Amino acid sequence: MHRIKVRVVEDVLDANNTIARANRQDFDRAGVRVVNLMSAPGAGKTALLERALADTGDVRVGVLEGDVEGSLDADRLTSLHIPVVQLNTANGFGGECHLDANMVRSSLAAIPLEEIDLLVIENVGNLVCPAEFRVGEDARAMVCSVAEGDDKPLKYPLMFRACELAVINKIDLLDHVDADLDKLLANLQTVHPGIEHLLTSARTGEGVDGFRDWLVSRVRSPATA
Amino acid sequence: MHELSIAQAIIDVATRHAEGRRVLRVEVQVGHLRQVVPDSLQFAFALVVQGTALDGAELAITHVPAAGRCRECGAERVMESFPLSCGACGSFDVEVLAGEELLVEALELEEDLLEKSRVSST
Ligand SMILES: Nc1nc2c(ncn2[C@@H]2O[C@H](COP(=O)(O)OP(=O)(O)OP(=O)(O)O)[C@@H](O)[C@H]2O)c(=O)[nH]1
Ligand SMILES: [Mg+2]
Ligand SMILES: [Zn+2]
Repeated sequence: MHRIKVRVVEDVLDANNTIARANRQDFDRAGVRVVNLMSAPGAGKTALLERALADTGDVRVGVLEGDVEGSLDADRLTSLHIPVVQLNTANGFGGECHLDANMVRSSLAAIPLEEIDLLVIENVGNLVCPAEFRVGEDARAMVCSVAEGDDKPLKYPLMFRACELAVINKIDLLDHVDADLDKLLANLQTVHPGIEHLLTSARTGEGVDGFRDWLVSRVRSPATA
Repeated sequence: MHELSIAQAIIDVATRHAEGRRVLRVEVQVGHLRQVVPDSLQFAFALVVQGTALDGAELAITHVPAAGRCRECGAERVMESFPLSCGACGSFDVEVLAGEELLVEALELEEDLLEKSRVSST
């Protein structure tokens, strides 16, 4: 036996990115724009979708629900009467705490791409790992609730830098939590200068129109990287 | 959690390049901006290699500091921490030059020379 050294120099996430590009080609071919929606557990992704997707006009939307287990979130969206596909990372994917390109690829057949213009992928609730794994999306958006505190951009810059939109949710709770909204927004801008943000409450509905408009406008905007 | 996913991805890359040979050492470059905790990555790696061709392999992590070029004043500096800002003029408008690496740089493999000469002579 002999010890040899082999130079590799390969991005650890290359394999994932290759599959993400393949997904992206399939989405493009079907004329579907894709948004990867991420957040810490419980920031309000599903609650925002329940409201925002209730009336998207002539833009047909579908949802891919990523969860470790169960279909609680997908069930909450059934009353919208739009295509909702559940993807559980516990089934054959080792209970991963994020979606990756291969998991989304394995769900493609279940998504009626010909019947939708926009696919929203609700990622597994986690403020770290999902930021590393492209799944073939056109745009990345995240939800950060004021209940999480105003320091989150500084503590999880990877996620805040990966997204082009930050939805600041649960603003109805501002009077009840210590988080300072101005500080939160300032932290957001220092970590990701120029990032777009929206203020919402999925509880009162405030600002949800803006989120819906942002989603719907993905369909009309040209493809991005 | 994050480190576990990354350890798995490192193992996937190494396994592909090892082509069946046993892996003794994996050298990786991890940029500061990837927010990887080296100890956690070592721990996760040791856990995930069990029973694979990398079982017992050593993981050598090279930390790459974050560096940026200021779009305001042009200075190039190492950036110690978030928020990323120019060390010369304080501007937050910096282009990241280094610190986003997440690379498998090299592998050390155990190779059977007899096997190899037999294969290459056919
Ligand atoms: N007060 C208040 N509560 C909210 C708001 N948005 C969501 N919630 C509540 O917060 C909890 C979590 O909301 P979800 O929509 O399940 O959050 P999620 O991000 O989808 O959670 P996971 O999918 O588990 O990561 C639920 O009890 C919601 O009713 C809001 O704007 N204001
Ligand atoms: Mg949810
Ligand atoms: Zn400067």
